[in-house]
Amino acid sequence: MSADIFAPWEIPKEIPLIRFENVTKRFGDFIAVDNLTLDIYEREFFALLGASGCGKTTLMRMLAGFESPTEGRITLAGEDIAPVPANKRPVNMMFQSYALFPHLTVADNIAFGLKRSDMPASEIDGRVDEMLSMVQLRPFAKRKPHQISGGQRQRVALARSLAKNPKVLLLDEPLAALDKKLRQETQFELMDIQEKLGTTFMIVTHDQEEAMTVASRVAVMNGGQIKQIATPDAIYERPNSSYVADFIGEVNLMNGKITSCTSKSCKIAWEGGTITAQPTNKLEKGTEVRFAVRPEKISIAKTKPKSGNAVEGKVLDIAYLGNISTYYVETTTGQTIKAQIANARRLSRRSFTWEDPVWLSWSDTAGIVLTE
Amino acid sequence: MKRFTFFNATSLTLGFAFLYVPILILVIYSFNASRLVTVWAGFSTKWYGELLQNQQFLDAAWVTLKVGLISSSIATVLGTIAALVLVRGGKFRGRTLFSGMIYAPLVMPEVITGLSLLLLFIAAGVDRGVFTIVLAHATFSMCYVSVVVSSRLISFDQSIEEAAYDLGCTPFDAFKSVTLPIIAPAVISGWLLAFTLSLDDLVIASFTTGPAATTLPIKIYSAVRLGVSPEINALSTLLIGIVTIGVITASLVTKRAALHRKRQEELAAQNH
Repeated sequence: MSADIFAPWEIPKEIPLIRFENVTKRFGDFIAVDNLTLDIYEREFFALLGASGCGKTTLMRMLAGFESPTEGRITLAGEDIAPVPANKRPVNMMFQSYALFPHLTVADNIAFGLKRSDMPASEIDGRVDEMLSMVQLRPFAKRKPHQISGGQRQRVALARSLAKNPKVLLLDEPLAALDKKLRQETQFELMDIQEKLGTTFMIVTHDQEEAMTVASRVAVMNGGQIKQIATPDAIYERPNSSYVADFIGEVNLMNGKITSCTSKSCKIAWEGGTITAQPTNKLEKGTEVRFAVRPEKISIAKTKPKSGNAVEGKVLDIAYLGNISTYYVETTTGQTIKAQIANARRLSRRSFTWEDPVWLSWSDTAGIVLTE
Repeated sequence: MKRFTFFNATSLTLGFAFLYVPILILVIYSFNASRLVTVWAGFSTKWYGELLQNQQFLDAAWVTLKVGLISSSIATVLGTIAALVLVRGGKFRGRTLFSGMIYAPLVMPEVITGLSLLLLFIAAGVDRGVFTIVLAHATFSMCYVSVVVSSRLISFDQSIEEAAYDLGCTPFDAFKSVTLPIIAPAVISGWLLAFTLSLDDLVIASFTTGPAATTLPIKIYSAVRLGVSPEINALSTLLIGIVTIGVITASLVTKRAALHRKRQEELAAQNH
């Protein structure tokens, strides 16, 4: 990996800024976070991704100081933060509801934390002004939160949580309340601001597109545990389990058994025939595996392709999404496989339609062999 | 929308008549020129003038005002704290019991509240007077304050308080600079409600008072036993006026705050 790519997690000696060490959090009988260990490095934009109830928000709230771990330890810059109360932690949070103070103006909202810090009163106005410029809200400084739009409120919340220049900014579903267009714009703004300030950002989201767009690394959580931590492309292309493969994007999962395997190539027998694939490591003959392949890596043709894996079937359904179409193809052996084709041509000139007999094919390197 | 039928109109009229005709008659007769309460002898405001000359009534009014102001302020502080504990305190041992005990005095017969307080004061050897009435009124009106304030707290986004802690507030600072300003309308209307309740209470006050302190309702009650005079009518009219203003102000404060918020939210939505 070249030196200018930001990847502190690849450097063995790098000391993480935040460490969760065997952290468990129980609410009564419910285990929200289950013996979790996680390192987050300085300047990272770290995303916690998972379905609701997976423990991601609890993890963040423990870092903010609103919950304390039942077991385990959290360190920030090498120091255990358990004895530090929420109001003394160099960590700020942007709330999902924004939690703006309704009785204060935009400027007073941003100044709120500064007035309670050791910043001299003479410097506060300047800092507030700086934050207002950063989020382009200077004309709205004197307004109350209910006199501005939802998108503007979101930016006030961001400016307020960044004003004290925290070591870590926690973002709890920060864009969930915005409509899709605004959300996409704001994602890029967030990335710009994070890059400019160099603050470590930790975002909690259930929106995988959001996590993939903004984050340097993504942790996929389920049942209070982390299933995988990796860069967005690695999470997508090299998921380590069928849970992650299924959770991120769309995937075809085929259950089968290894019939022969070397470290470079293996054959998997499944209901639809034999698949040739590249395993991550050499697998024993007879091992139960799942072969995962993304729909966009499968091509669709009228005749049998000369090389690669191929399955015959007929078109069962077509989901037209504008830019792409997903074809649901039923194989001759009765399985349904999804294939995605970019709609490079106008719809009227589509090559395949319902009930058409087709061949699906993918290369040996298109998919991934999962044992979990 | 439902049609305004004859039946609806009649029941509405009868209902309001049942509630307000007696009061209306009292108000009208307070402007009666005659000394005889039941005989109309022309319009006059002379009883209001005489009322202002009556030192006993003025003293009683002063006692009532004092009791009302002090007891409603105590009730507001205690009621707000109780509401905070009930809504924000999370689950603690005896929470259900505590919340039940806060609301019980709302349905408790006043005679029982009064009698039990009287027995307590006697047992404790406290001299009865303004002080004991204040205590008694604070006790029963704090329940009303607590109901009003907790209904506001329930609809309050708790992450606003968390944001305050997150930005460096101690719990007390967060309450003072964030929670209190936001729930202020509810606290004010709670205070007005407590003040009004204290102003027109007769039963509890007569149980807990001593010879030195006579509130206006007690004074009126004892005066009426000697025969209704037009002066009493005038005094009652004034009381009705004050209570009405108090109640209307309390509801206006709450309503205007809500309306103001809603209108500005709509405005913001249009701007967007």
